[in-house]
Amino acid sequence: MIAAIQTPHVDWLALSPSLALLAASGLCLFVAALLPEWLRRAFAATIAFGGFAVAAGLAIAVFDHSPTAETLIADSMSRDRLAALTQLILAATGAVIVFVSWGERRRGGAAEYYALVTAAVAGMAFFVSAANLMTLFLGLEWFSLCLYVLVAIDTDRATSLEAGLKYVIVGGFGSAVLLFGSALVYGATGKLGFSEIAAANASSDAFLVAGLAMILAGLMFKISAAPFHMWTPDVYQGAPTSVTAFMSAATKTAAFVVLLRLVNTAFSSESDIWTIALAVIACISLAWGNLAALAQRDVKRLLAYSSISHAGFMLIAVETATSRGAEALLYYLVPYSAMSVGAFAVVAARERELAAPVTLESLAGFGWERPLYGSAMWLFMLGFAGFPLTGGLFGKFFVFSAAYDAGQWWLVLFGVAATMVSLAYYLNVVRWMYMRTAASTRLVAVGGAPPRDPALALSVGAAAVVTVGSFFIVQPILDVASDAVASLPF
Amino acid sequence: MLTTALIVLPFAGALVVAILPLPRTSTAGLSFLIALMEVALWIVAAGRYDFDAGGLQLATSTEWVKSLGISYSVGFYGFSVWLTGVTVVVSAAAIGYALWVGRDRPRAYHALMLGLTGAVVATFASQDLLLFYVSFEAMLIPLYVLVGVWGGENRATATLTFVVYTMVGSLLMLAAVVAFGVTQGTFSLVDSGTSDNTWIFLGFAVAFAIKAPLFPFHGWLPLAYREAPIEVTAVLSGIVSKTAVFGFLRIALPKFPEPVHDLRGLILVLSGAALVYGSVLAFRTWDLRGIVAYSSLAQMGLITLGIFAANDLGLDGAVLQSVNHALISASMFLLVGMVERRSGTGDIGALGGMARGRPVLATVLLVAGMVALAVPGSATFAGEFLIMAGVYGQGWGYAVVVALGVVLAAMYVLRLISAVLHVRPGSAVREEALDLRLGELALVLPLVSCLLVLSFWPALVSQSAFAGDAAAKVLGQGLR
Repeated sequence: MIAAIQTPHVDWLALSPSLALLAASGLCLFVAALLPEWLRRAFAATIAFGGFAVAAGLAIAVFDHSPTAETLIADSMSRDRLAALTQLILAATGAVIVFVSWGERRRGGAAEYYALVTAAVAGMAFFVSAANLMTLFLGLEWFSLCLYVLVAIDTDRATSLEAGLKYVIVGGFGSAVLLFGSALVYGATGKLGFSEIAAANASSDAFLVAGLAMILAGLMFKISAAPFHMWTPDVYQGAPTSVTAFMSAATKTAAFVVLLRLVNTAFSSESDIWTIALAVIACISLAWGNLAALAQRDVKRLLAYSSISHAGFMLIAVETATSRGAEALLYYLVPYSAMSVGAFAVVAARERELAAPVTLESLAGFGWERPLYGSAMWLFMLGFAGFPLTGGLFGKFFVFSAAYDAGQWWLVLFGVAATMVSLAYYLNVVRWMYMRTAASTRLVAVGGAPPRDPALALSVGAAAVVTVGSFFIVQPILDVASDAVASLPF
Repeated sequence: MLTTALIVLPFAGALVVAILPLPRTSTAGLSFLIALMEVALWIVAAGRYDFDAGGLQLATSTEWVKSLGISYSVGFYGFSVWLTGVTVVVSAAAIGYALWVGRDRPRAYHALMLGLTGAVVATFASQDLLLFYVSFEAMLIPLYVLVGVWGGENRATATLTFVVYTMVGSLLMLAAVVAFGVTQGTFSLVDSGTSDNTWIFLGFAVAFAIKAPLFPFHGWLPLAYREAPIEVTAVLSGIVSKTAVFGFLRIALPKFPEPVHDLRGLILVLSGAALVYGSVLAFRTWDLRGIVAYSSLAQMGLITLGIFAANDLGLDGAVLQSVNHALISASMFLLVGMVERRSGTGDIGALGGMARGRPVLATVLLVAGMVALAVPGSATFAGEFLIMAGVYGQGWGYAVVVALGVVLAAMYVLRLISAVLHVRPGSAVREEALDLRLGELALVLPLVSCLLVLSFWPALVSQSAFAGDAAAKVLGQGLR
């Protein structure tokens, strides 16, 4: 007789957001295979939106039912509020992205597109609850593979293919570095679980330090912090704009939360090493991102460099290694995601109108022609720069407070200086939209009335509401963030 | 509630004006109506404020970010009631002027003007450091667009310099706000104690010095004042600059007694330099806007001299002079705008002889000018006298500088008046150019009448700014 195999207990609720999205992804693939072409886009988009909505609901349920952090499936995954909150942000971002993508026309592949987006978010949802180095790597590869395809999905555009290739090579390199680092850490401690690595107490081991450095480098590729950012401008520019919007918000969110979890659980006793490393990377990102953005004419490239500089701000929050910093990071992610998706959605609107890449010149007069998009873009730019009436102000404010509280006043000054520089290009966008007229730039429109795209307008409106809402409703977001942070050992 | 209503009304009005698709004149008219309602609301608020008791009144406070001690906390002191008063009056006049002139894209224009008013009122009412920062910063957004879209030919350069200067100040202030609030554990201006950190003080002081502007930080002023639409210039010099006065009075003085004591000499010298330098520039410049713009630089120097004299006389004088200057510079700029509309230029060389056949213009300009040059018996004379007496306590040399400033003021104001009204008719002045129309008179007359009332009764402001005579004592106790 064969003894029954002992299977580990599986907590399905904890995995449910990821599973719901996987199911949606599978359904989208069925749509692609079984339905006639003209039905595919509508069905797949509806299914994807439904998947995101269900995943968001399940994430809320997990958040509600996980007051204390637990690990599951042989300690490889964690069930806690940090993961649940991040999954909620990711699902919400995905749901908005469905609307952003709706008006995008491409030959074939509509249903596959939604399958890939849902699968990517499923991977991210898995990634953010990883509790050992193996699941971390699995999650990373899972969503990265989806993104590689998404970036290159416009197969009839050479720039899209080029961006996809660049992303595969650089992203693959980043993953390899991360994997090598994980191996070194495993070699030094003999453990894979985050808490076991911390318990192994091998701070003095050179392999562990080298491994830590390589894991951090791998994650820095994903959050596109300088000097690991080389792929970002090219990929953001070349990818379909809806994919860029998705990557800039969702990938950053997922990678930052994993970074936060990893350094504070597995490597908390090495904090004197990684805080300095992250502070240096933060300063480089702030300097490089902002200075390079000044020289950009292409709006997507400009926003790509802006996202690099925002990675710098968020790294300051992680680098403080305090619960206050962690709360600041989680708060920052909310308005940042909204502004990022919103800004790229506005770029998409102009792109669809002109059927050409959007440069600063081609924004001339846009603000007066399309009041909703214009004022929303204005709002997002001011939000990125940290002006009042947007959550961007509180994001910066909390990051600075956390840094000052941790005694790092020099980082506050560096951040302030970076913000001053950033104003130049954010306000430049506003200047082009409102203070130049289309006549002054010999702008050629494709002709006819601008395309009506209520779905896109809706997504821009939603992003604007979150951007402004997070300014007025601060304490509830902070409360949720501090509940989430409570699952980390500070 | 009343204070919140004063803040919310302009913002709500801005939203309504921006959204309602009304024809051009109706939009502007609606906006003017909202500005007048704001004035009425202020009159109600000032009536409710007990000037004899002084202190923080009409206050409300709601928690905003509890974990950091940030709250939506608003209320008025005596001096902030008066600063708010000139704000609503001047912005109503400015919006009225925009209605009269008929600015392009009226929905956007008037929404921004009302938003600007709301932000300034919120600045004067805020009793929380972060709320103050938010309102202070929020003023910049409408100003940026108002100058950048509706401004003159060099508007691109003007907005750029303006934004760069003010944002450098604002962001230094943000760092200072963070440092002060995190150290104190609360951002409430009422609950927080004092700080002896010179760096934090400098973060605030530089921001206010740029906004005012004070002497070495005034690089943005000539361009912005010349390129902005004239009524925006009136708002900019008349009331936006007064947010710096409020910042000095509400934050710099009460919260940083030791840094103020250490750096007072430096600030007084820079203020004196602003007074003399601004006056000389105003006397030498070539156009009407330039004269009024540089005279604002001089007057702001005078006001900060009074503030950092840090005694009862100086502080009372500074508040009185702030109110005076807001009304004067607004009416002068509006008059300059009216002259420019008739002649098409502000160049002094091309103007002159406008008094002949235009008695109303001549009378109003002369009266405003007489008040501006501090004729004895005028409100400005009272303000300057108080400041001079106050600053004498810090050293007789400062009083000499103030006296010099008064003499120079007479010179540049008389130069302006004679350049416009007297001498031979200028090349740009056509015979058929009209006298002030009734609508224009209706905008300037209230401002000038306010000045005349204050001339008869300057104590209305100076006695009630700090409830009685104990200004220094009030500020010294941290304005509780």
